[in-house]
Amino acid sequence: MNENLFASFATPTMMGLPIVILIVMFPSILFPSPNRLINNRLISLQQWLVQLTSKQMLAIHNHKGQTWALMLMSLILFIGSTNLLGLLPHSFTPTTQLSMNLGMAIPLWAGTVITGFRHKTKASLAHFLPQGTPIPLIPMLVIIETISLFIQPMALAVRLTANITAGHLLMHLIGGATLALMNITTSVALITFIILILLTILEFAVALIQAYVFTLLVSLYLHDNT
Amino acid sequence: MASPVPVKEKKLMDMKLGELPGWILMRDFTPRGIAGAFQRGYYPYYNKYVNVKKGNVAGISMVLAAYVLFNYCRCYKELKHERLCKYH
Repeated sequence: MNENLFASFATPTMMGLPIVILIVMFPSILFPSPNRLINNRLISLQQWLVQLTSKQMLAIHNHKGQTWALMLMSLILFIGSTNLLGLLPHSFTPTTQLSMNLGMAIPLWAGTVITGFRHKTKASLAHFLPQGTPIPLIPMLVIIETISLFIQPMALAVRLTANITAGHLLMHLIGGATLALMNITTSVALITFIILILLTILEFAVALIQAYVFTLLVSLYLHDNT
Repeated sequence: MASPVPVKEKKLMDMKLGELPGWILMRDFTPRGIAGAFQRGYYPYYNKYVNVKKGNVAGISMVLAAYVLFNYCRCYKELKHERLCKYH
């Protein structure tokens, strides 16, 4: 049971070949590209959702920030669809791997910081010292602000990894507990099963919320720097 | 047993059951071949089930069911040990 708990997070191989790239590319099949003015129902639904999300997310940005629209929209679509597909039985979720989340978080965060330093150097450097700090505290506060800046990509990646991994692990554990209890006390197993159902609903919400939070934070860092 | 038309040019639906292993071995299993087969199979499915005026949930749920089955086959080796039986 202990080895099986983490086996679903191992790199997927099939007959010795790593197929993780296929699994990462799989959500792209579920988003066909629109060809016509009036499309089929799937594309129309996705178009409506993307317009709703993009209007809300890009409202706070100025012209320069809105050039990131494609990046932010594809980010939220990718993370949301990958997390939701991971809730299917036996599937592998790429966003449980810290490597992939770091690969998403670090370049995006670095892009926002470098944009800020290139275009508004003085304002970007001014972020390191909040307004109205007492003079003796300045050195320490600059150090603390620098640390908090460099922690941002780590926090982005680890937040996504930990949330999704923890949810999956909890579902495995509670599912295993339900199965084990079924032969002993059926009533307690029923309670555990209800807990599992509630947890699954929570996981659906978490999948979407985590995508949203990731994208929102990137957009916030962008707003600070444009 | 050898038919007048060579096995390679026949489509899957025209094959006889005995010729099937030979047909499978002749397929192009290079990445380019697999990508070509995938592209050839994607559009008929898409146009039949998704790209219609009144598409419903069956279009993508068949794809998701196939995905679940694919992942089950992938993990079968580990799942074999979790069956409910007396002696593993």
